[in-house]
Amino acid sequence: MSDIVATNQTILVVGGGISGMTAALEAAEVGKQVIVIEKTPSVGGRVTRLYKYFPKLCFPTCGLEINQRRMAANKNITVLTMAEVTDLQGEAGNYTATVKVSPRYVNANCTACGACGDVVAAEFDDEFNYNMSKHKGAYLPHNMAMPKRYVLDPGIIGTDDAQKAKDACKYDAIDLDMQEETIQLKAGAVIWATGWRPYDANKIQPYGYDRIDNVITSVEFERLMDPFGPTGGKLVRPSDGKEAKNVAFIQCAGSRDINYLKHCSRICCMASLKQSTYVSEKYGDDADVSIYYIDIRAIDRFDNFYQKVQQDKNVTFIKSKVANIVENKANGNPVLNGVDTEGYHRYQNEHDLVVLAIGMEPSVDKDTFPIELKVNDEGFIEFDEVNGGVFAAGCSSDALDVNRAVQSATASALRAIQVVNKVAQAEGQ
Amino acid sequence: MSDINTGMVEKYRNNFLKEVEANVEEGDWVKMCMQCGVCSGSCPMGPYWDHPPQELFMMIRAGKRDEVLTSTSMWMCTSCYNCIVRCPRELPITHIMHGLAHYATRLGIEPKGQPTRQFAQLFWDNLAKNGRVNELWLGVNLYFMNGLVEGIKVAMGMAGIGFGMLKAGRLSLKELVGGHTVKDKKGFKAMIKKAQELEAARIDNAQ
Repeated sequence: MSDIVATNQTILVVGGGISGMTAALEAAEVGKQVIVIEKTPSVGGRVTRLYKYFPKLCFPTCGLEINQRRMAANKNITVLTMAEVTDLQGEAGNYTATVKVSPRYVNANCTACGACGDVVAAEFDDEFNYNMSKHKGAYLPHNMAMPKRYVLDPGIIGTDDAQKAKDACKYDAIDLDMQEETIQLKAGAVIWATGWRPYDANKIQPYGYDRIDNVITSVEFERLMDPFGPTGGKLVRPSDGKEAKNVAFIQCAGSRDINYLKHCSRICCMASLKQSTYVSEKYGDDADVSIYYIDIRAIDRFDNFYQKVQQDKNVTFIKSKVANIVENKANGNPVLNGVDTEGYHRYQNEHDLVVLAIGMEPSVDKDTFPIELKVNDEGFIEFDEVNGGVFAAGCSSDALDVNRAVQSATASALRAIQVVNKVAQAEGQ
Repeated sequence: MSDINTGMVEKYRNNFLKEVEANVEEGDWVKMCMQCGVCSGSCPMGPYWDHPPQELFMMIRAGKRDEVLTSTSMWMCTSCYNCIVRCPRELPITHIMHGLAHYATRLGIEPKGQPTRQFAQLFWDNLAKNGRVNELWLGVNLYFMNGLVEGIKVAMGMAGIGFGMLKAGRLSLKELVGGHTVKDKKGFKAMIKKAQELEAARIDNAQ
């Protein structure tokens, strides 16, 4: 790691998701030195786990590939994966970050041939698929992983599996002696792009996420559609693998609720409208989708998409926040109880599968930032002078969709560039 | 129609929401309802209400004064507080329900013959007498609420439980005459009188 050059003119990007990638590219492509710190073994973040984008219903893999190629081709960008910022000191123009780099046990010789994965027996929960499937002890995080390099799960280190993997490798790519490293990096400005995580659905007790197999979250539903996902792209429910044709979406699951997240997570309405098209895509006219909502927030041009879904006769909109869900023990169907607002009818509706349109919260807990930042009640970083040369990008600044996250990232790149330009001027360069 | 009621109708004309805000306990929360319906769905008594809380709030905003105040709905509330706990905006729904019921009573237009209301009145009359609840008389009054024949029937049916309570010392026949009281009964009466005066003055001011 000693070969990494970082100076007061370097821009440090914390997080390698869509926002971090965008900010890094924008800054690097105007000639700035950028270091990206990514916690997981590959860049791309949550976008890599999406099947389709709204409103165009195109595949995120497309734009992701373009960004990855831009990054690979750019000499100004250094990416550190499996790395976390543990401390950050200093001020605008002069920061020192302490970065902990976890061992990958696989070096740059790796060709992703997969021989190590074939011989390893141990399996671990695959976080990439929200633990709905397992990955081997030696694995590629996902098909489009960048860097395209295998990882050894720390769980197999010291076991026979580790040695088997090493022996199977024809390229001398497995190094079982790799150790955790702590390095210090200088930076003039920091772009904080740590993104979001889905709200913990277990906290919404009346919806029984922890008790009812066929109640899942929207991020899990998204993974079902991936041909390489936990179900191989089949839209089936978890309890018995039955085709999920009658699907209910519950909006504001965790959002806009003083008991959970106070803010509107912004993406969930569009996400559910988008996901309603997945059911039609799989089952055509057999699809029977119900969307339970307080109000649909499809702003600006998204309204066109909303109107299109409204015209789909297989999609029903029910204006009601569902009160609770119980399970029909006979067939595993979740039963939704509530009262609708259009006529105040009490309903007890049974569905094959219930998808909670889960809220978005910042992935870094409030009060755990390594440096003083202005953070609002919801944990998002505000734009404020107190932050000095640290600029929030994407979902660390607010609940945003990809489009707005990218705009936010570009803005933060521009701000960071101004800081390092000042440093350059002061240093007479 | 009572004088107070006529006065309130005059004063607020078509703005029932304003009337509720000014006169009903926690009434200024009504406008905060976003009509999600989680209160109605969570209410254990929900299926027995003519208008669940969410609908009552909408009716208040729609100016349906008579329908709301003469409704039996808010009298169905058992104060389980499920709605307050679940409300995404933390509206004190239970309190508003009792506030509406109380306001309707104050105006003299509450639904007559509603059993919960009748029991509430019996309970209050019983309590206000001595500052302590006289359970024996409360029970007797409750049994005979719907007439002599019905009362005897209910009393016979409950006899077993009554004797059991007597044996266990949970009920005393001495309560039939006088019954136990608070230590300072005079002070208690004065307190209630003062509270009622303040309440009356508040209504006058509101008119």
